[in-house]
Amino acid sequence: MSKWQIFTRGLVRENAVLVLMIGLCPALAVSGTVRDGFGMGIAATFVLLCSNIIISLFRRNIPNEVRIPIFILVISTFVTMIDYMMQAFQPDLYRALGVFVPLIVVNCMILGRAEAFASKNSIIMSALDGLGVGLGFTLTLTIMGAIREMLGNGTFLGMVVFGEGFKKAPVIFMIMSPGAFLVIGVLKALINKYVKKETP
Amino acid sequence: MKNAGLIFLSAFLVNNIVLMRFLGLCPFFGVSTAVETATGMGMAVIFVMTLASWITWAVYHFVLSPFSLVFLRTAIFILTIASLVQLVEMFLKRYYRALYSAMGIYLPLITTNCAILGITFLNIDNDFNFLNGTVFAIGTGLGFALIIITFAAIRERLDQAPINPSFQGYPISFIAASLMALAFLGFSGLFGLT
Repeated sequence: MSKWQIFTRGLVRENAVLVLMIGLCPALAVSGTVRDGFGMGIAATFVLLCSNIIISLFRRNIPNEVRIPIFILVISTFVTMIDYMMQAFQPDLYRALGVFVPLIVVNCMILGRAEAFASKNSIIMSALDGLGVGLGFTLTLTIMGAIREMLGNGTFLGMVVFGEGFKKAPVIFMIMSPGAFLVIGVLKALINKYVKKETP
Repeated sequence: MKNAGLIFLSAFLVNNIVLMRFLGLCPFFGVSTAVETATGMGMAVIFVMTLASWITWAVYHFVLSPFSLVFLRTAIFILTIASLVQLVEMFLKRYYRALYSAMGIYLPLITTNCAILGITFLNIDNDFNFLNGTVFAIGTGLGFALIIITFAAIRERLDQAPINPSFQGYPISFIAASLMALAFLGFSGLFGLT
């Protein structure tokens, strides 16, 4: 596979949330607004990119028997870094994401890429793979955040989109928990209808 | 939130872990295909969640906090929980065969379950003492079991229903979960809990 294919595979064709259905918890929990979804996506992308690079760098030195604990330690190091960086530089975003920032460590998407890809491939390839999967995750969360924020609050990144009348009486349940399940259910159904047939 | 009873109700119904907090969705959608397996999973989660809240409470207050190692909590908690689950599995296999056959196969699945780790973090973030933390963990575990068993029952019916091909499988499950979450929104405000 070419480098471009490695990169776009995680972005679209094997999109973690909408195609493989992994990493659902953060995708549903913090996609209430565009800002939250995008912030969460970038945080996960950072962890994924760094952990993929480090694991790929040490792939010949990590003993096979204890590889999973080592992967988890590497991932949790980067999660702790992003946790404290976000607390320092983006305190509002950190409060909105809450417990889901430290919980990036148990996102099966990240451990899955470490196990399935980074432990077997070169650094460049692993970095591209991590970047692709991470940006695919970011894209999904941003789209979900956009749909939920526009319908549930009448805004996009704080800007009013459908006029003041809608802003006063929006579909409020879209930004609450039922809206998250509904949006991902409908998105998945659309993917089943239009996308799945093209993929082998 | 000082009252243990209110903490229990909040964790069990009002802030239900699956439908309101969105933790533990992987087992929620993965293992909820039949009522029987959902029951085993629910039991295992209640059990491990309570044990994990005890042990991480002790680790946090006796090791991490006194030695200013709080920044290590993510790594330490996940390793503690992973080893705890391994130990519990071996212990049950050796001494309680009946219990092991009921929920043994679900124990390894729980290790990297975000519900367990999430609860231990929430315990710390909410400054719960030992008793309140235990009540919180049991309430949350029971809430998880309630939801996963009810949802398994719904999915058994969904399998029989004529559904549009695009909506089969995950999409219809998400929409069923959405309706359940809508119903659970009715609990918000119960005894002034939000």
